[in-house]
Amino acid sequence: MTDKPTSPTAEGGAPEHGPAGDPSRRTFLARVSIAAGGFAALLVGIPVLGAVLKPMVQKEPRVWRKVGTVNDFTVGKTVAVDYQNGSTKPWAGVTGRTAAYLRRDSQSQFTCFAVNCSHLGCPVRWEQSADLFMCPCHGGVYYSNGDVAAGPPPRPLARYPVRVRDGDVEILTTPLPIDGRVPPAS
Amino acid sequence: MFRRIGNWLEDRSGLGELIGPVMSHLVPRGSSWMYVFGSATLFAFILQIVTGIALSFVYVPSSSQAYESLKFITQNSALDHFLRSVHYFGASAMILMVGLHMLRTFLFASYKYPREASWMSGTVLLFLTIAMGFTGQILRWDQTAIWSVVVGAQQAGYFPLIGPALARFMLAGESLGGQTLSQFFALHVFVFPVLIGALLGPHLWMVIRNGISEPPKRGKPVDPKTYRDEYHQLLEKDGVPFWPDAAWRDVVFAVAMIVVIVGLAITLGPPHLAAAPNPTNLDTHPAPDWYLLWYFGVLALIPHAITPYVIIGGPAVVFLVLFLMPLFARHGERHPFRRPWALGVVAVVVVSIASFWSLATWEPWSPRYDAKPLSAQVIGNVSAEAQHGAQLFHDKGCIECHRIGNDGGFRGPNLTYVGNRLDAKELTWRIANGGYNMPSFAKILSAKELRARRPSGRRARFVSGRSLEATGRAPPGGRCPR
Repeated sequence: MTDKPTSPTAEGGAPEHGPAGDPSRRTFLARVSIAAGGFAALLVGIPVLGAVLKPMVQKEPRVWRKVGTVNDFTVGKTVAVDYQNGSTKPWAGVTGRTAAYLRRDSQSQFTCFAVNCSHLGCPVRWEQSADLFMCPCHGGVYYSNGDVAAGPPPRPLARYPVRVRDGDVEILTTPLPIDGRVPPAS
Repeated sequence: MFRRIGNWLEDRSGLGELIGPVMSHLVPRGSSWMYVFGSATLFAFILQIVTGIALSFVYVPSSSQAYESLKFITQNSALDHFLRSVHYFGASAMILMVGLHMLRTFLFASYKYPREASWMSGTVLLFLTIAMGFTGQILRWDQTAIWSVVVGAQQAGYFPLIGPALARFMLAGESLGGQTLSQFFALHVFVFPVLIGALLGPHLWMVIRNGISEPPKRGKPVDPKTYRDEYHQLLEKDGVPFWPDAAWRDVVFAVAMIVVIVGLAITLGPPHLAAAPNPTNLDTHPAPDWYLLWYFGVLALIPHAITPYVIIGGPAVVFLVLFLMPLFARHGERHPFRRPWALGVVAVVVVSIASFWSLATWEPWSPRYDAKPLSAQVIGNVSAEAQHGAQLFHDKGCIECHRIGNDGGFRGPNLTYVGNRLDAKELTWRIANGGYNMPSFAKILSAKELRARRPSGRRARFVSGRSLEATGRAPPGGRCPR
């Protein structure tokens, strides 16, 4: 990496020793130049990196989204629902929406599953008659309660917070459950 | 007149003086057709830059509109359609050529002294090339693309400690959204190409500085103490100028490659656009483009328990081994026939990738959602209970992974003749308990249903029929066939 070119083309290279000037001054000037250049690079570089990397830490607002009224759902049935993410960039278009599986457990109890297989995130498919979630990518299978039934998934399906308010069923927008962890509703 | 202008330019710029020695530098005689893959990769890269820039004139890198612009490119304009095809086949060619280039370099042990750094920079370039392929597939921004982002993010999420942060970086947020595509566009169009260019400089410069490795000779090991002197003697005695004595092959091969790319682009057209991107459309089956398809297969078939480690550890180890290899094998024999281990490694890697790849093209591990109920012909003339079993075999999803006759999936064992292997009790046990790749149906099926799938007799034919389902996958040992 530090190879010095040996080709004879360089006419304009800095001479090691000029006719005048003292070497310590030269060293000083070199160091000052490097330090100043480094300063300018950091001055711009840090905000640039910050801007580019901010999605790594930025939190999006979490919002309760209505997906229907209680009576839209049948007890014991699991259905796919979808809602707008917490992020509000209008140019996201349809990609700003998230799907989830919603099961009505009882009169007032609902469970909401992420659609993403815990293995690699592919969308699992609810097979009503088989009572199983199946993943198309690598054959992961989950029971109706989200527990792993078979295949490579390391964890159950993630669950999103869901609540019933004034007869409406609402799901809390939640980051994609990357490591299976879902931040609780606060 | 032109000569005068040329002379003037040369006097002021000295560019000829700079490039002349590069073109005429001596290379060992006998640098055969095996040496064309590196330059072919470079030409493919240039082709990608040219077609990529042209595509960016019409493409709209917006999460909500990209798909529409792609449809326009593909359907409404013959020239753009052609560009997109060439860009796709150019990408395929670049990946293929970089693979062959690497294979040749490894087989000839050209990575040994003094060319270690060439190999190391090449390793990074290889991974950058794959990154270009992946990000390029994302820019297609169809159903497959958005789910590939999710899959990519989920994979990154397995990284220790910073996994979730990396995943968020890939998504450009906490989930898919407005910034996701913009970011992939920036990575694909600016960041990775610039990184490739920045590394390509030294990578090529080192070819000039250290020379093209001479074809290996048996019994002539590399000795770092004497290698450079011997190489220079070889050049002085028997070298030929790079241009045109050696370069003509590069040119001929690259031209042939480009002709093939254009030919394929015209005859086959651009890659298929899946449905419009929609994270709420769950009827989707994402898979990577061909060059990563084999890896998708690896992830399906490795033991589940080690998956979290392999997803990140696998590529990381491969990178480190490749990157550091020349430092641990700086000297010694170069001829492949004197390096049986190297030949063995190449054989194992090539055969493995080919096997995973061919499996991944039909994905036996994927449930067949669209499997039809067993036909009457397959079920045969059986009792009502057995008929019911055959129905359950379909309704309960057994058929998505198991085959009877010519119907069903491949994840579990073929159950056509399961009656020959298992009796009713064993079948029931397997269905109820499940296994490594099979759910337990104990809670899903009622006792009555469980009975239904049992074979009433020992007649092998159908047994399978109803029982099949049961059978689930569980061959003795509980291991799923692949």
